[in-house]
Order: sequence, then C-alpha cells, then structure tokens
Amino acid sequence: MKKVFAVVLAGGLSLAILLGLTGCGGSGDGGSAGGGDSVTVGLLHSLTGPMAISEKSVRDAEVLAIEEINAAGGVLGKQIKYIEEDGASEPATFATKAEKLVGQNKVATVFGCWTSSSRKAVKSIFEEYGSLLWYPVQYEGMEQSPNIIYTGAAPNQQIVPAIEYLIEQGYKKFFLLGSDYVFPRTANMIIKAQVAAAGSETVGEEYAAMDQTDFAAIIAKIEAAKPDVIVNTLNGTGNVSFFKQMSEKNYDASKYMTMSFSIAEEEVAAIGANILKDHLVSWNYYQTTDTAENTKFVAAYKAKFGAGRVTSDPAEAAYDGVYLWKAAVEKAGSFDVDKVLTAIKSGGISFQAPEGKVVINGENQHLSKPVRIGKVGSDGLINEVFATPSPVAPDPYLTTYDWAVAANIKPLE
Amino acid sequence: MRRFREDTPLLLAVYLVKNTPARRPNGAPAWSRVLIDLAQFFNTVFNGLSLSSIILLTSLGLAITFGQMRVINMAHGEFVMIGAYVTYLTQKLFLAVFPESLFSVYYIVAVPAAFAATFLLGSLLELTVISRLYGREIDSLLATCGISLIFQQAARHIFGAQGVNVTSPKFLSGGITVGGCTFSYNRLFIILFVALILFAMWFLLYRSNFGRQMRAVTQNRPMAKCVGINSRKVDNFTFGIGSGLAGLAGCSVALLGSIDASVGQSYIVNSFMAVVLGGVGKLLGTVLGSSVIGFSGIAAETFVSSSIAKAIVLLIIILFLQKKPQGLFTIRSRALDE
Repeated sequence: MKKVFAVVLAGGLSLAILLGLTGCGGSGDGGSAGGGDSVTVGLLHSLTGPMAISEKSVRDAEVLAIEEINAAGGVLGKQIKYIEEDGASEPATFATKAEKLVGQNKVATVFGCWTSSSRKAVKSIFEEYGSLLWYPVQYEGMEQSPNIIYTGAAPNQQIVPAIEYLIEQGYKKFFLLGSDYVFPRTANMIIKAQVAAAGSETVGEEYAAMDQTDFAAIIAKIEAAKPDVIVNTLNGTGNVSFFKQMSEKNYDASKYMTMSFSIAEEEVAAIGANILKDHLVSWNYYQTTDTAENTKFVAAYKAKFGAGRVTSDPAEAAYDGVYLWKAAVEKAGSFDVDKVLTAIKSGGISFQAPEGKVVINGENQHLSKPVRIGKVGSDGLINEVFATPSPVAPDPYLTTYDWAVAANIKPLE
Repeated sequence: MRRFREDTPLLLAVYLVKNTPARRPNGAPAWSRVLIDLAQFFNTVFNGLSLSSIILLTSLGLAITFGQMRVINMAHGEFVMIGAYVTYLTQKLFLAVFPESLFSVYYIVAVPAAFAATFLLGSLLELTVISRLYGREIDSLLATCGISLIFQQAARHIFGAQGVNVTSPKFLSGGITVGGCTFSYNRLFIILFVALILFAMWFLLYRSNFGRQMRAVTQNRPMAKCVGINSRKVDNFTFGIGSGLAGLAGCSVALLGSIDASVGQSYIVNSFMAVVLGGVGKLLGTVLGSSVIGFSGIAAETFVSSSIAKAIVLLIIILFLQKKPQGLFTIRSRALDE
C-alpha cells in the first residue's frame, strides 16, 4: 500500500503538471497594436473554473461594445480586433496570460479580471510593461495603480452605502460571510469598522474556500450567532451552494436577511429566483434601471447572446470600460498608453452609460457613479429600493469617512 | 508518540458540547442552555453524518475499482460530474415534455438514468482504455487523468462554462424542524440513499455469486483465473459498477450546489483521502475513512475557519498514515506484492 500511496502522490503531481501544460493554448493572431487598419486589444477573463459563472457575462459585454464601436466606424478610424485569453479562475494563470497579451501580443489595452486576487496578480505586470488594464468589477478599494482604470464601484459606492442602508433599516447584528480571498477580507475590515462606529454589532465572521461545496458548518455558526442580517461577500459557485443549503433548512429572507455584493442578475438566474426572492443586493446598475441607454443596451445584449440572458452591473461596467477607452483614445488622438493615460489624468473622460453618465476621476482613475440598493424579485430581476440622488464620487481609500480614518484600514497584499 | 485514537471525532464532539459558548438571553434558566447545547450537538452530528455520507458515496466506487484493479481512476470525479449533468438533463426533459404536476418525478427517473449512463460509459472506458493498462499503475493513472481532462472539456463544450442548476423535487425541498434543529430533506435523503447503496454493495460483494468472484479476483488474480473465473468480465463489470456509483453520487451532489465541468474535482480529493485512510478492499474501511474525514472536518470547522479546518483534517490523515500506512483495514493475503 505504501507503493500505491506514492503513486497517488505522483498522480497528483502529474495532474498539476498536465493542468499547467493545457493552459497554453489561446488564439495566435498577434500584430502590434495600432498598426495597419486595425487595433488589437486583449480580453482576459475566466472562461473556466468556479469564476466562469460570473466572468462569462463580462466578457460578452466587452465583445458587444467592441462590435458596436466597429459597426459605428471604429476608434480613430481603426477597427478593433481582440485576442481572448482564459484566466481559468487561477491568479497564476491570469499573470501568465497577462504577460502574454502585453509582452508577446503587444495589445493596445486589456479588458479583464474579476476577482481581486486576479487583479493583484496582474497589476505588477501592467505596471512593469507600462500597459493599461480596464477592471470592470466592484472591489474592496485601497488600491490605485497608475496602469489600471477601475470601472466598477469603489467601496464608498457599494459597500459603505449598503451598510448605511441596513443600519437605517434597523438591522443591528451583522454576520459577515465571504470567500477566502482579498476582496471579502478587506470588505469585512471596512464593514466591521463602519458597523462598530454606528453602535451596531458584528456577531460573526466566516470565510469559505473558493471551491467549498458544503456550508453546513458555516450555517450552524450563523444559527448560533443569531444575526439580523448576513452580509455576503461570497463569490462564484459558493453562492449557489450557500443559498441552496440555506433554503433546504427553510431559511428565507424573512428569517435571515442577506445583503450580497457579488450577486447580480446572472447569479440570481444560476441560484434560482425562488431561493433569492426578497434578499438585498447593492450595485450601481440593474437590468431594470430606467434609462434610454439601458433599454438599448439590454436589447442589444439579448439580441446578440440570447433572449434568456440577463445584463448585470459588472457586465455594464465592462461595457462602459470599452467606450471609455474609446473616448480616452480619441481625446489623446493616439493608441499610445502614455498619451491615453495623460488624457485620462486631464479629467473629463465620460460616457453616457446605461447606469447614467459616468466620468473617470483623473486623480484616482475610478468612476463617479450612482449607487442603487436592490431587492430580488420573483422573476429573477432586481428592483431598485433605494438610489442616491446624484452620482457618488469615488473614494477608494475612504479618506472622507471619519470612522474609516480612525480604524486605519490598510490594504491587504 | 501516542497512537492516534480512532474515537477522536467523538471526543471532539463531546468537547464541543462541553465547551461551545451558547449565546443565550440573559437570565435564562439552566435547562434552556442544556437544550441549546443539545440542539447544537445534534446539528453537528447530523452535519457530520451528512458530509460523511456524501464523501462515502463519492469514494465507494473509487474504493471498488482501486481495490479490485489497482487502477487509480483520476477520472472518477468526472463520472460524478456526468451523473450530475444526467440529473440536470432529466430535469430539462421533464420540464419540456411532461406537465408541471409530474415535475418532482424527474428525480426518481434521474437516479437510475444517472447510474445507467455512467455504468455504460465506465464499462466502455474499461474495454477501450483501462483494460490495456492493467499492471501499469503510472500509465493508467496518466491515461485516466487525460480522460478526466477530455470529459471536463467535453462538458464545457456541450453545457457551456457556466454552472447549471437542479431544482430539488418538491418532496425534497425544505426541511423538518425538531426541537430547534432543522434537518433538511435533501440531506436526510442522501443519508438514507447512501445507507441503501451501502447495503446493496454489501449484498453484492459478500452475498452474491458475482461478489465472490470479484473478491477472488481482488485477492489473487492468477488463482481466480485458475479456478475458472472470467476475470476480464469481472473487471469490466466492476469498473462499470464503480463508475455507476460515481454517477449516483453526482445525482445527490446536484441537489446541494451548482453543476459545472469541474464539480467532480471538488469532491475527488476527499474521496481519495477516504480510500487511502480506509485501506483498500474493505467496505468497512471506506465507511470509516469517510466518517473520519466527514466528522473531523465538520467538528474542526465548528471551532476554526473552514480553510484551517481542511488543513487540520489533512494533518490528522498524515499523522494516521505515519502510524498505519496501509490504512484502517487491509485484507490479509498470501500474495507477495503487498
């Protein structure tokens, strides 16, 4: 048996090597950015693994924006081509693929990533090569790379207003549940400081591994802690397991209310509207958001990817990213990254987005955007229950909040 | 060093009851604290039982093919995935063809369908690939690993990279609350289902003529051949059964989470650990191996975060295998290769 055990170990090792080897495919058309009558950009998302459930829609929205821009005449008269790479839900794979896109393919810019661990894995590569990444997802803040434009919400545009809303609604005991990586851990650091400053109580804090399938022990801890509300920062398939296993214990929104930061329309469709009905989420955009631009965006998205598909906040932010890049390139009059960054720094790069007008803040390279708290309906769509009257300026380091300054929240690296 | 105690999970559970700080309203009478503790204790035991039964279900087939043929089937998790997708397809078929009132019946159809599909696929795989690699452990390991990747990619191609979801049939949704403790029907069903399968396997292995042949081949292949057992046929059927059991496991895990191409991978590690811990060739070993991993996992997670809990379970296994590298149970035989 000792021999067999050794074989099992050898097997594991060879599996790891095999998996590493298979990650080398990808499309091959290189070509330098901006040469000829086309410009090449890179798309870098997880098309496989636990994050694929979420990242597929973001990738689709980027493709839609690229095709729309091409149909309207391109950028500076050039058609956009894209090279797509699969980050496979692994930060290490993201780093390898990012290096390929910017080093080997020499793309003009990259639209990519979802999880903060994948963004942190590629950040230094973009800084080293002097390239540009458009990151489309709300995140924990505490970051400001000169080579990344953050088109999703900073914490003061999603997390902080959501917790404010919960406190106003009279929720007192908070249970924090998240996936075990940098976004949930930083988000919870912020939430704990905010909850304490408001005189409320954090009664529990738990993290699940990304591929965790059994939440029985965590649910038992929630039962023991008896919270009023669960603040959920789980990402990917963990959400499906968690909510399914809550519902099999007969727990719905009236028993344990949840406020989720990574559940948008796509995830509601995957988990099931009957299970998520009446639970709260916080984003800047919903498919139901009532603007003329959104009506057009939703129709185009469904026409291209199928009537059954739904749009979501990250997809919308990714769509905005492509148009904002176009606006910045046009202002700079060049695809050169340094010139594009200078144009962005000068401020005023904006786009009339489906969520409303978004503007890139030249100083911190985040967007000003409206905040919307939503409630999941039985049809799987999310309906707005609260919205800020005007766009909120980005504050990634929470320097304008006394409690955050007092708590001295530091980025996790 | 002291020997690892086989009753550690129980000790942990007792420790849990004694030391879990119960959050209770101020001034509540002492008996209410006892009740809360008891409810928590039963909850933990139930969760442990549930996790153990899921691990057992995914590792039974592995234990059988591993014990019988010395084939480390890296593609076992993919059979779990295929079983889960068959469940999903059956659900889709029912939604499309039958009236809504018959919807819940889909699961009853999905169980034999998942078994049949994975049994046939496993049997085919044995015939075309595995049978050519007997006695070449590393080769068969690499081959099954390749097959696992092919299956995963095929599933992505057919069903897309996004996870799909199975709705629990009506009779399995929700749970029953007894004295402050909710037992979900899904999990009760899985526990019963595993008990039933275990009984069927026991009957097949230890009470049927075929089982006798299987055990004969496991213990001494050349001798079994000498007395006229068709070991090729036995191997093929055994591999089919092992794969079929994985399919049944897929049917159950479909109820608990989302199904995607890599769903098998999240269960397979625990299954390999259960088989290695339990020792090869004995049902009881696999049952105990799964229980140790399931209960210690849940118990550890009650005290620490789930990432640390995983590390603790691995540590327990490593320490145990230091003392007993052959696992909990071994079949004594006169073969020289042990």
